[in-house]
Amino acid sequence: MKRTTTLVSVLALAAWTAGPTLAGPDDHQLVINDEIQIITEAAAPAHMDGIDTIYSGWRFRADETQALELDDFENPGMIGVENAMAIWETVDGSEGKSCASCHESAESSMKGVRAVYPKWNEAAGEVRTLEMQINDCRTTRMGAEKWKWSGGDMVDMTALISSVSRGMPVNVAIDGPAQSTWEKGKEIYYTRFGQLELSCANCHEDNYGNMIRADHLSQGQINGFPSYRLKTAKLGSVHNRFKGCVRDTRAETFADGSPEFVALELYVASRGNGLSVEGPSVRN
Amino acid sequence: MKRTLMTVATLVFGAGMAGADAVAPADVVFADGSVAMSLTGVAGDPENGRKVMTTRGLGNCIACHEVTALSDFPFHGEVGPSLDGVASRWEEAELRGIVANAKIMFDGTMMPAFYKTSGYIRPGKGFTGKAATEEELEPLLGAQDIEDVVAYLMTLKDE
Ligand code: HEC
Ligand code: HEC
Repeated sequence: MKRTTTLVSVLALAAWTAGPTLAGPDDHQLVINDEIQIITEAAAPAHMDGIDTIYSGWRFRADETQALELDDFENPGMIGVENAMAIWETVDGSEGKSCASCHESAESSMKGVRAVYPKWNEAAGEVRTLEMQINDCRTTRMGAEKWKWSGGDMVDMTALISSVSRGMPVNVAIDGPAQSTWEKGKEIYYTRFGQLELSCANCHEDNYGNMIRADHLSQGQINGFPSYRLKTAKLGSVHNRFKGCVRDTRAETFADGSPEFVALELYVASRGNGLSVEGPSVRN
Repeated sequence: MKRTLMTVATLVFGAGMAGADAVAPADVVFADGSVAMSLTGVAGDPENGRKVMTTRGLGNCIACHEVTALSDFPFHGEVGPSLDGVASRWEEAELRGIVANAKIMFDGTMMPAFYKTSGYIRPGKGFTGKAATEEELEPLLGAQDIEDVVAYLMTLKDE
């Protein structure tokens, strides 16, 4: 059934993309600060069958938006990184500890972390996103309050942790104990939610490169998160973006940090295996 | 004179309540994806159809379709085919069926069903992200709006 859907729309698509508007990703290269090479195009991971080549959302944005990511002084998301650098050193909670007490420099200890999250945590017996791991450190090691999933401190901290892995390929594991969570995320990705009956795949697999009203559809990759949105003038979490997309189908969304969004995050992250970690990115 | 009468009828029917005479979404009879009978018995008003097609809170058809005759309105999508000349490709009954519930004409299509009230997964309360409170949703478009859109589509003939 799902197969038919894709086929029908692909056939229908072929009929008119031959027209003058040759949509798709552009051919620009992303090098941040003249030194960090970002892979924005890669062969699709073996588990994907609807798509041959994966692209960062950066390749679908307008030149002016793209330019903001070329230099950290221009990237408004880097203000979040700076905030988080101060928080990293700040003692909080009953144990008198800061992040730095256990992890020393974020630059070295956090390098590579973003690339492999969400990740199976053996002791907890669950797939954890970065937010879950950060809150686990805060509550169990620091004796501090949890941060809100999409709150300012949390999003800034994920921006810092992401920034030190920029250029490294996303490489989340989908087998072993993570597999059932991954399968659940995949099912959600292909479910047609809401009164508009649209799945993630309808927009981001069947129609990337096409315009939907004023928006140029990308593949909906999350290698660039957290992402600074010019529209809201804020850094946003992955789950915040998922909420917006589900809401736009006239559906009841899932909550930040819900098991459904954790599973969906693992699945969507795995669709970007091979692209570089790029966050904090800039999008419109 | 006829014009005025039609406009009055449109106002009455278009005011939210589908109107006592309108065919309810669940009672629409499809044959091979087409709907032969008018949903309201009131002739469609292409002027209002044009408005429904281009307004975000209504049909917003140009989110997915390009229509050269509507080029005054910015940003046409590329998700569905261009609707230029659509009335030369389809009969009125077919167009009514496609607009009311395109899933019947095109199996698995991405085009939303505009005259349907149930059978959704996690239906929301409009675009709030909250759960819908009623069992049966309001259809995306009222019966007369659909007739009006069909009347507009019927003006899109190849030269
Ligand atoms: C009705 C169309 C539609 C649907 C359905 C949809 N999205 Fe989106 N999505 C968009 C648009 C438009 C944007 C902004 C432009 C872009 O990057 O594609 C976007 C952006 C995104 C982004 C940001 C990409 C970036 O590079 O910053 C992610 C991630 C995303 N979507 C994931 C999802 C997921 C997961 C689902 C399903 C739960 C989903 N979307 C469903 C339309 C949609
Ligand atoms: C979310 C996308 C979307 C929206 C919104 C949408 N459509 Fe469509 N429409 C499609 C797609 C995709 C097709 C192609 C059918 C298929 O899937 O094979 C289509 C097909 C059609 C066709 C047949 C065209 C042809 O030449 O064969 C008509 C007529 C049509 N749509 C009218 C409308 C009208 C009128 C509206 C608004 C009231 C509308 N559509 C809204 C996506 C959309």
